[in-house]
Amino acid sequence: MNGIDTGDTAWMLIATALVLLMTPALGLFYAGLVRSKNTLNTFMMCIGAFAVVTVAWVVVGYSLAFDSGTGFVGGLGKAFLNGVTFAPRSGTKIPELLFFAFEASFCILTAALVSGAVVERMRFGPFLIFMTVWSIAIFAPMAHWVWGGGFLQSHGTLDFAGGVPVEMASGFSAFAAAIVVRPRKDYGRQALLPHNAVYVLLGAGLLWFGWFGFNGGSGYSTGNPGVLAFTNTLLAPAATLAVWFVLDLMRDRHVTAIGAATAIIVGCVAITPAGGYVSPGWAIALGALGALPSYAFIAWRPRSRLDETLDVLAAHGLAGFTGILFIGFFASLAWNGVSNGLVYGNAAQLGHQALAALVAPVYAFVGTYVILRVMGLLMPLRVSENQEALGMDIVEHGEEAYKSGEGAILVTAETRLSAEEVANPAM
Amino acid sequence: MKLVIGIVRPERTNDVLEALYRADVRGLSISRVQGHGGELHRVETYRGTRVQMELAEKVRFEVAVSDEFVEPTVAALCDGGRTGEVGDGKIFVLDVERVVRIRTGETDHAAVTPVQS
Repeated sequence: MNGIDTGDTAWMLIATALVLLMTPALGLFYAGLVRSKNTLNTFMMCIGAFAVVTVAWVVVGYSLAFDSGTGFVGGLGKAFLNGVTFAPRSGTKIPELLFFAFEASFCILTAALVSGAVVERMRFGPFLIFMTVWSIAIFAPMAHWVWGGGFLQSHGTLDFAGGVPVEMASGFSAFAAAIVVRPRKDYGRQALLPHNAVYVLLGAGLLWFGWFGFNGGSGYSTGNPGVLAFTNTLLAPAATLAVWFVLDLMRDRHVTAIGAATAIIVGCVAITPAGGYVSPGWAIALGALGALPSYAFIAWRPRSRLDETLDVLAAHGLAGFTGILFIGFFASLAWNGVSNGLVYGNAAQLGHQALAALVAPVYAFVGTYVILRVMGLLMPLRVSENQEALGMDIVEHGEEAYKSGEGAILVTAETRLSAEEVANPAM
Repeated sequence: MKLVIGIVRPERTNDVLEALYRADVRGLSISRVQGHGGELHRVETYRGTRVQMELAEKVRFEVAVSDEFVEPTVAALCDGGRTGEVGDGKIFVLDVERVVRIRTGETDHAAVTPVQS
């Protein structure tokens, strides 16, 4: 078809699948970080995003993000995929239908990210409702700001793969969610430890793998920006890992595995907004620099009353903030063909980036706070203390992650169960 | 000397440990066990296969104490382990014939008295 580039399309089909893998990878990463009795529920919060966010994205989310509209939010012209077909998405050489799927995978992952703030206590149903509302009210407008012709984009803010709608949005939403949902009942009283560090490492590894599609695909082509972002996605997290090792050694005289997994995420996040805009050399510097605020915050946070359980704010919010500002200093016209940053003589770019770094956290935090407060008036957001003690897997899903099968009796037609027992497996 | 065996809910383990610590009861062992004590069955479903969990996960505390520590130990197990629902567990108190501390060869009362550091 006219205006379609087959090479671009082929790459974007692959990149979309790579990004889709990141959501179960995140589930694995998060599941390893919680206690064994909450493994399935934590994983299911990520899987649940596939169900509700995908549908919300089709119905209205994509249109609010990518239809032309006001500076704040897109219109409803593309609701229910109206007119989203094989014709190229403007500004790209790929079918808009594929562009839609690629962006859908971003929205799914980002909504799932927020679950890290509320795992081990928030009820499953309300969380699904939250993700649905959140993807429409928070993610879609923020994606519009930087990619859909919104005010940040027209202002000149650069955000290659989602420092604003993905990283700062999820991080600062997680901050608000942790405050509204409140700490786990044993938080600050008992040691609440990760139950499987291997899941955490494997999840982080798969996230990194998927991130090559996430960043590498965000040029929507096989052109130079995508290639640059792809390679920078290798370089920046490597630098973050190296710095994290040193920080770990200085702090505890051990290089920790869960620290390494965290460093991979932090590095990938930091390079997300900047991937297609900075040179490989500066990408390494960004990876190294990005480790510092996140590491400091993760060291401080567990001693506070803020039970932002899986540190979404530190890993995504702060590293995304760092990456967005970094563009303002070190963007290089020679590499990106778009704009220079401050050190290359264009101070205005730093202003554009600072604007994004200011409005994105405020909107995400306030929006999420309001959504959850209103939901809290309509339904309980948390399970009871007894259920929390029993574990979310049994309470919410009637299953357990690690089951020997001993002591389980097959229920047949002859085995009578009272309605009460079936309705209330937690008894 | 008595051996106090307490079988409690796994999710109360930390509360029991805290209660025992506050009662100055030190040496103890715990193990994860499965058992059944008359509580309602829990029903779980795996890919359409519905099963009734006959055996519930429990944690078994074993605490060997001198006679004056029996009541504080039993009280701590009760306080830490109780939720009021069926399935809170049981406590058994048994006579102990002989105790030996392997490191020193101390026996009986001296062997169940914690080392003063």
